[in-house]
Amino acid sequence: MTAVLGSALMTAASEAGDFVSPALDYHAFAPEIVIVGTLVLVLLVDLFTDEENAWALPSLAGIGMLAALVPVITLALDGQDRVMFGGAYVVDDFSLVMKALFLIAGYIVIQLSTNEIAEGDYHEGEYYVLMLASVLGMLIMASARDLISVFVALELLSIPAYMLAAWRKRDFKSNEAGLKYYMMGVFASAIMLYGMSLLYGKTGSTKLSDIGAALGGAPSSEPVITLAIVFVLVGFAFKVSAVPFHTWAPDTYEGAPTPITAYLAVASKAAGFVAMINLVFIAFLGREDVVEPLMWVLAAITMTVGNLIALRQTNVVRMLAYSSVAQAGFMIAPLAVVGDAGEEALTALVTYLLIYGAMNLGAFAVVIAVSRKTGSAEISSFGGLFEYAPGLAVAMTIFLFSLAGIPPLGGWVAKFVVFRSLLSAETVSGAVLAVVVAVNSVIALYYYANVARQMWMQPVPDDDRTPVRVPFAIQSALVLTVVATLAFGVFPQMVTRFGDMAGQLAAVAP
Amino acid sequence: MSDFVDSWGITLAVFLPVVGAAVMLLIPREMEKVHKYVALGVSLATLGVGVWLLASFDYDRSGDLQFVVDRSWIDVINSRYIVGIDGISLPLIALTVLIVPLCIIYSLNHVPDPGNPKAFMILILILETGMIGTFVAQDLILFFVFFEVVLLPMYFLIGVWGGPDRQYAAIKFFLFTLFGSALMIVSFLALYFLGAETFDMRALPEAAVGISTTAQLWIFGGMFLGFGIKVPLFPFHTWLPDAHTQAPTVGSVILAAVLLKLGTYGFVRIAIPILPEAAADWAPWIGALAVIGIIYGALACLAQTDMKRLIAFSSVAHMGFTMLAISTLTPFGINAAIMGMVAHGLITGMLFFIAGSVKERYHTLDIAKLGGILKQAPHLGWIFGLCAMASLGLPGLAGFWGEFPAIMSAYNPAPSLPVETFRTYMIIAAIGTVFAAGYLLWLYQRTAFGEPKAEFADTPIKDVTALEWVAWLPLLILIVLIGLFPNIVFSVTDDAVLSNTLSAIATGVGAG
Repeated sequence: MTAVLGSALMTAASEAGDFVSPALDYHAFAPEIVIVGTLVLVLLVDLFTDEENAWALPSLAGIGMLAALVPVITLALDGQDRVMFGGAYVVDDFSLVMKALFLIAGYIVIQLSTNEIAEGDYHEGEYYVLMLASVLGMLIMASARDLISVFVALELLSIPAYMLAAWRKRDFKSNEAGLKYYMMGVFASAIMLYGMSLLYGKTGSTKLSDIGAALGGAPSSEPVITLAIVFVLVGFAFKVSAVPFHTWAPDTYEGAPTPITAYLAVASKAAGFVAMINLVFIAFLGREDVVEPLMWVLAAITMTVGNLIALRQTNVVRMLAYSSVAQAGFMIAPLAVVGDAGEEALTALVTYLLIYGAMNLGAFAVVIAVSRKTGSAEISSFGGLFEYAPGLAVAMTIFLFSLAGIPPLGGWVAKFVVFRSLLSAETVSGAVLAVVVAVNSVIALYYYANVARQMWMQPVPDDDRTPVRVPFAIQSALVLTVVATLAFGVFPQMVTRFGDMAGQLAAVAP
Repeated sequence: MSDFVDSWGITLAVFLPVVGAAVMLLIPREMEKVHKYVALGVSLATLGVGVWLLASFDYDRSGDLQFVVDRSWIDVINSRYIVGIDGISLPLIALTVLIVPLCIIYSLNHVPDPGNPKAFMILILILETGMIGTFVAQDLILFFVFFEVVLLPMYFLIGVWGGPDRQYAAIKFFLFTLFGSALMIVSFLALYFLGAETFDMRALPEAAVGISTTAQLWIFGGMFLGFGIKVPLFPFHTWLPDAHTQAPTVGSVILAAVLLKLGTYGFVRIAIPILPEAAADWAPWIGALAVIGIIYGALACLAQTDMKRLIAFSSVAHMGFTMLAISTLTPFGINAAIMGMVAHGLITGMLFFIAGSVKERYHTLDIAKLGGILKQAPHLGWIFGLCAMASLGLPGLAGFWGEFPAIMSAYNPAPSLPVETFRTYMIIAAIGTVFAAGYLLWLYQRTAFGEPKAEFADTPIKDVTALEWVAWLPLLILIVLIGLFPNIVFSVTDDAVLSNTLSAIATGVGAG
């Protein structure tokens, strides 16, 4: 039996000719190579050092993230689009912007994790190795232009994240977080794979650009294609926690270690959107008839339901979880006018992701800093924060109102580009969705302002005014995110030009 | 020197306060005196820049934008940093740069509970940047950003330093205004994409000509909500009495004197010039809401038992006169409206100052408990009397020029508007002035006349203090001065109204 199979394989191989290794562009791979190198290094250092020297691990991992940024910058300066493996792996401006976001977000999350992981009697080495592996998956996701590499990247970024969510292993909530996230993630993967198989069956290719060419010309009445598109997009809707596929998010966010929550809410969500962008703008190009209504409905219910449930939360992490669900709705909105707005929608989404990264990581940084003192994440534990930790209170105020989209804080630019893309379509459905977004941003203000109210206008619980000691690593993360949030709002040019750069994705698709 | 004021004057006036606020961030919180004087110094410097601008302004060309600066800001979305001053914005900028230092002077020994002058002063300075910025912005997006910058500091001023119901009032204020401005930004963008892809307010009136009538009506509707809530127009006024009643004295003063004007200014500067046809279609409805506001505000005033809340409701009525004047779409009406804004800013600002001082002395604003202010603090009583008279529109004081021309303008609305309707509005508004006299005189009678109530009969009530005199005199002088020489405002605004607000009306709607 084996012999038969073996000989069959041999014939197949000889028919296809001798295996030729594809040309590798090491410059294009350099960020991924640096991360792999760091990962191995952290693993080895962890293996051969004792507990006292474990402090070196987060530093190593952080330096690795920053080092990987160097080739990203040289590639961006080089400006040349690099296509490998017959178009399955592309390094263009879009992927570089997203890689930079993943690496910086990863760096900040490592800063946030340093003290929590070191003090909590956890395995340090494994934590950072898993995080590096997950970031590696994201880097690959940014460049993947083939169903198979998209799927591999997705699993590579998700599987470490499942484990990280359950890292506080003696805590039932954390176990629940990891398990729920895992079950939902696998379920989503299955649905998505089914959709992918239909796509492959219908078009005969796994390359996104080939699929785009085949689907764009296919008659619009073929239900199988509609089904395939919906399944694949729904798979990623789980990843970005869009309603009604959001049910894992609040429990996972609450149970996971808070730095990992920040990681899931920012980096993992961004990775889901990257895949969605690649699919919508390359593979489903010309199929707005399916994509637009699906995204319209997803966006509208995601932001509305997310916001309404967020109103009732009493735990700040759960509130931020539902807020991030609602924010996902804002981010999906431009995809609902992708046919008419085109590049405008892509620019809006990328700009939103960049700004959202800064402000949301910042908000989690404050939550981590405060809960180190209060040991609680209840909104009421923020009472009177302004009196004994004015710096943290002002920073949190900046992040919250930025999330609400109040000028001159960064968030307004994010909301603005979404409005802009919706109205640039000049369709009634776009305008109606813009009004839905407008109403939702008012609802959202209420729960963001509620936390601000606690910090500024409520008494300190138990009258415990001992100052909050913020470790240096968290301080540096806070400075980075505050400066970015303010600068993006006052000089939007800083961030919109990256969004604009990334807008060239469609042109690259061969 | 004139080169410098031409290219940097406005920018300096806008950003000086926020730079001052940034400096104050670095000073430790315990040095309360230093904070007060730095804030005072910064706001006086801003006043200096404002006076410099006023002095360099070419009054013969008040219809043109002056000191224009046009620099790139957000290229990707085609929005630019364009600022300039013309006759419409000049009086409002003058009002703003004057009111803020007066408020800071008043606060020098009146920082409300829970203290913390550092945060209080920083917020007032950020507020000043937002207010001046809104009046000078000539780019829709820039305007929107400044319009919103005002919200956060005001939210905290009300919510932290306000009265017992402050948290509710603060969030209500924030949510109402944000709802309006969220729809406003949607309107701005619709204007951009349906018009000529520009946010430049100078170019938009021409660029917007091609937009279909239906789209114009919708876009105007969005702006109407944004500005109308801010004014506030009936039935969007419900945030105002709460915000005013709960806000600290200085917050109420700034809210009444400047913030409400952002809404009416928006109508005059943006909504009407850019969408004149839609404005003509909306005008009868706006006029109707305005007169409802006048009567409703007056009736609500008669029912109030709290002095501050009464003054707040009188704002609804007064802004109703201003909106009625705007809705006539005539040069006369718009001039009257701008005069109304300035007069209301001075007078109601003063009334809130007085309410604050009464509260400080009697620890209550319950009208039933007050009485005999004239006996216990004669100066305070007389100043209160003067302001009440000014507010009810006594000729010879500023309030008269805000109210009387507004009513008169409704007699002859723009040619495209239904004359009978507006004449009806005129009659209703005129009845409103009778109510105004009623509630203000009754308020004055109950609080200032007669003998002090037993509760306070033996309490020594101190009269107007030196600091209060310093803070109030400029306003009192202006109330009298504008009352006697209204032309100091009308002469500045008239050309600008013709060339900037109504140029399209004169050619477009007037002909059609």
